[in-house]
Amino acid sequence: MMERTVRMEMPIFYALLLFMIIATIIAVETKNLLSSVICIGAIGFGASLMFLFLRAPDIAITQIVVEVLGLVILIRATISRDRTFITGDREFFGVVVSVVVVLVIFLAGIKVLETLPPFGTAVFAETAGAASQTYVREGLEKTGAANLVASVILDYRAYDTLGEATVLFTSIIGATVILRRKSRKLLEEPDI
Amino acid sequence: MKGMTIIVKTISSWVKVLIFLFGIYIVLFGHLTPGGGFAGGVILASSYVLLMLAYGREFAEENLSLPVASKLDSVGALLFAAVALCGLCCGAAGFFFNFIQQRWFAGQDRAFDLVSAGTIPLSNIAIGLKVGASLFLIILVLSMFRPDTSTNEKE
Repeated sequence: MMERTVRMEMPIFYALLLFMIIATIIAVETKNLLSSVICIGAIGFGASLMFLFLRAPDIAITQIVVEVLGLVILIRATISRDRTFITGDREFFGVVVSVVVVLVIFLAGIKVLETLPPFGTAVFAETAGAASQTYVREGLEKTGAANLVASVILDYRAYDTLGEATVLFTSIIGATVILRRKSRKLLEEPDI
Repeated sequence: MKGMTIIVKTISSWVKVLIFLFGIYIVLFGHLTPGGGFAGGVILASSYVLLMLAYGREFAEENLSLPVASKLDSVGALLFAAVALCGLCCGAAGFFFNFIQQRWFAGQDRAFDLVSAGTIPLSNIAIGLKVGASLFLIILVLSMFRPDTSTNEKE
């Protein structure tokens, strides 16, 4: 039963993948920055649909919401008051380095992808003694959370989430300090 | 930049409340349904961003000014750390110990209840507050930033 539903999804999945690849190529090749940003948004929405196919609604929600906000940031805060067209050619050295890196990752990926289970089946179901089997078996009883993802990221692996929150906090502090226009004394007073 | 047309202003004044409520729902029910602190916080921030895009930056700053947003950000981070430290103090297992669930609700079948899962809803609220405030802060700061004028005039 499980196998059949996965098979039914495969053509849609491949169409989505093709759409994302085309959007990526356009985003890299176009000279207009606005259309490049819109293509990046299309890739993000494709990725969130793909997470839905992989039965991960948590990630799909986060992906789609962050994508919307990221598009707004990119369009409103950078493009509307900046140069919207790219002038000049690419550096030759940079192109060579990126092609070599992508080739190495691709060749390593071919080796790694052979060891993965087929698409749509979970890794922990195939591996004996995987830690995630414990989460699925005992998660509801130990943490009481019906959403197992929440029980993993905020109970079993909460230390990881604390690290993420720290990274976000630090980056916000850095951005606020670098990008502010007025000094701190002026910032706390009302506008003159 | 004083905002957009009257159509956009009217529609966004209706929609912003629904977006804000949806964000609160996603944060509060993060331990029951898909979502959680991060996604809910981004939705909360996006309601303010909609306000900022439709009415202009000054209007959004009147509702949630930059110092208040940075204080909310810090409060969220401190709340999350406080939940972790309470686990350290109240339980044997240490940092991030789910003390509410293990102490008082152990063995009870309260699955799918809004009040369940111990510290997980508290952490969700803290992360939602933190992420929402910080993402609003970053958009506010980015829209304040003008590279042409800031180098020349020093106030």
